[in-house]
Amino acid sequence: MTTTDAVRPGLSASELAAVRADFPLLGRTVRGGRPLVYLDSAATSQKPNVVLEAEVDFYEQRNAAVHRGAHQLAEEATEAYELAREAVAAFVGADTDEIVWTPGATAAINLVAYAFGNATAGRGGAAAERFRLAPGDEIVVTEAEHHANLVPWQELCARTGAVLRWFGVTDEGRIDLSDLDEVITDRTRIVAFGHVSNVTGAVAPVAELVAAARRVGACTVLDACQSVPNLPVDLHALGVDFAAFSGHKMLGPTGVGALYGRRELLEAMPPVTTGGSMVEVVTMETTTYAPPPQRFEAGTQPVAQAVGMGVAAQWLDELGMEAVAAHERALAAELVKIAEIPGVRVVGPADAVDRLAVVSFVVDGVHAHDVGQVLDDRGIAVRVGHHCAQPLHRRFGVAATARASASVYTTVEEIAAFREALGGVRAFFGADR
Amino acid sequence: MSSLEQMYQQVILDHAKHPVGRGLADVPDGHLAGESHQVNPTCGDEVTLRVDVQVDAEGSRVAGVSWEGQGCSISQASTSVMTELVTGRDLGEVARLDAVFHDLMSSRGKGLTSDEALDALGDATAFTGVSRYPARIKCALLGWAALKDSLVRSGALAG
Repeated sequence: MTTTDAVRPGLSASELAAVRADFPLLGRTVRGGRPLVYLDSAATSQKPNVVLEAEVDFYEQRNAAVHRGAHQLAEEATEAYELAREAVAAFVGADTDEIVWTPGATAAINLVAYAFGNATAGRGGAAAERFRLAPGDEIVVTEAEHHANLVPWQELCARTGAVLRWFGVTDEGRIDLSDLDEVITDRTRIVAFGHVSNVTGAVAPVAELVAAARRVGACTVLDACQSVPNLPVDLHALGVDFAAFSGHKMLGPTGVGALYGRRELLEAMPPVTTGGSMVEVVTMETTTYAPPPQRFEAGTQPVAQAVGMGVAAQWLDELGMEAVAAHERALAAELVKIAEIPGVRVVGPADAVDRLAVVSFVVDGVHAHDVGQVLDDRGIAVRVGHHCAQPLHRRFGVAATARASASVYTTVEEIAAFREALGGVRAFFGADR
Repeated sequence: MSSLEQMYQQVILDHAKHPVGRGLADVPDGHLAGESHQVNPTCGDEVTLRVDVQVDAEGSRVAGVSWEGQGCSISQASTSVMTELVTGRDLGEVARLDAVFHDLMSSRGKGLTSDEALDALGDATAFTGVSRYPARIKCALLGWAALKDSLVRSGALAG
């Protein structure tokens, strides 16, 4: 199979077959016996056996409350939970105590936004001074953001009097930095942006944005949901202050995600959700708080899910993120070929450079929902709608797009089947006449 | 016929291509007017619908429906078919049609068995195939939701 291997840099045919065999769901059929072609991994990824087994094993063998109690099960559960944190931290180039478990990436971004809000309300003492916002301070985002990295900042502005500003997007779907010095100024306190757009697949110019934020002393918040599952990510090397990512998009379970924060920032940040297991001393009058990451993990955490996310990180690490990224590049090159189909227009970069295998598109004369329905009839699962990025769709003058997104288990043959089916959509609706 | 062809029946494709009632129309003086904007937040489909209600000694009837919108073929065709179906009907009949169409959409692809209901719906029975797909039922109901709301806003119906 040498020739087949040649078109799959990163993963050989046999490696890819072994990968796929690890994902039980990929073996099922849909819509009357058709093999499933799952091209919706940017929404949520499928899970390998090791992740499913890790959750079952936790519940069958180790289930107990973590960081409480002194019995053997409590010890084992706590160990599994903390080893998972270590695995996730190592996977993204962070120190273990810089990773806070959250219910997901949305919760992680909201945690940062609410911590700024709490500091602004006077919480956190002198240490939290750097998180206090005043009317006229500015928070910078981009027009390409997922709502999860936009709405929390709008809300923070509304609570504090800070002003939201944003970078536009070029016709190619890239963040437009031509007005960098006008957007990021001495008034900027937070710069929040996605590492990879969940609509266009474009990789953001992280280094330039981080450098600009640093010049003015602003905090950077990276939405790393799309990058962590598909690219080697080293958060220390990227130099961001905070990053958020979810378990379920990186082959792990739903219900768990992570917030990365630079240690000195987490140490200075006031808590957000308060309650059990995030405290030191509680009296009827007042409370002192645990150091991070526990300070930000009030209440019972999604322990089995965290364990599963740790196993997912290890599974990807063992496969090798360089190989995963190379596979992703090859798939992106196959996906963007849909632009050659008459009537199909890609929203985002037309080439496979600095982008992931996430491609949104419109079909002339056919609504995205209808495109998705025809593909679904052929067993091909894509996302339709605005993908939680209405401003970006508005920027391109469309209400909805269809989106095909790949993952480590996606094959070139699946993308060929998708292209073939997409080629017949306009004829079905008579839009080619 | 495949489920896809059952869903996209020719009557639906025709209405999607040549919708009835598209383009907001003025409501004559002396009639009740109501307007409603409805959005399907999962896909961004939207419709703005204006209803013209004539009230006289015999009761209240829908004298006209006009609308603007953008969305999938199912939402556009359903609004178009509904426009044809309810124009000229009194409000009691419109409420009954609304209820029957909702029943059809809850039928999980099985359709309705009552001949009376099927006769009443006319072309709207073409949406039976849509009821098989839970994600698309909202598309078919978007225009109906706008009609109901605009009737309430016109003052012709109690909220």
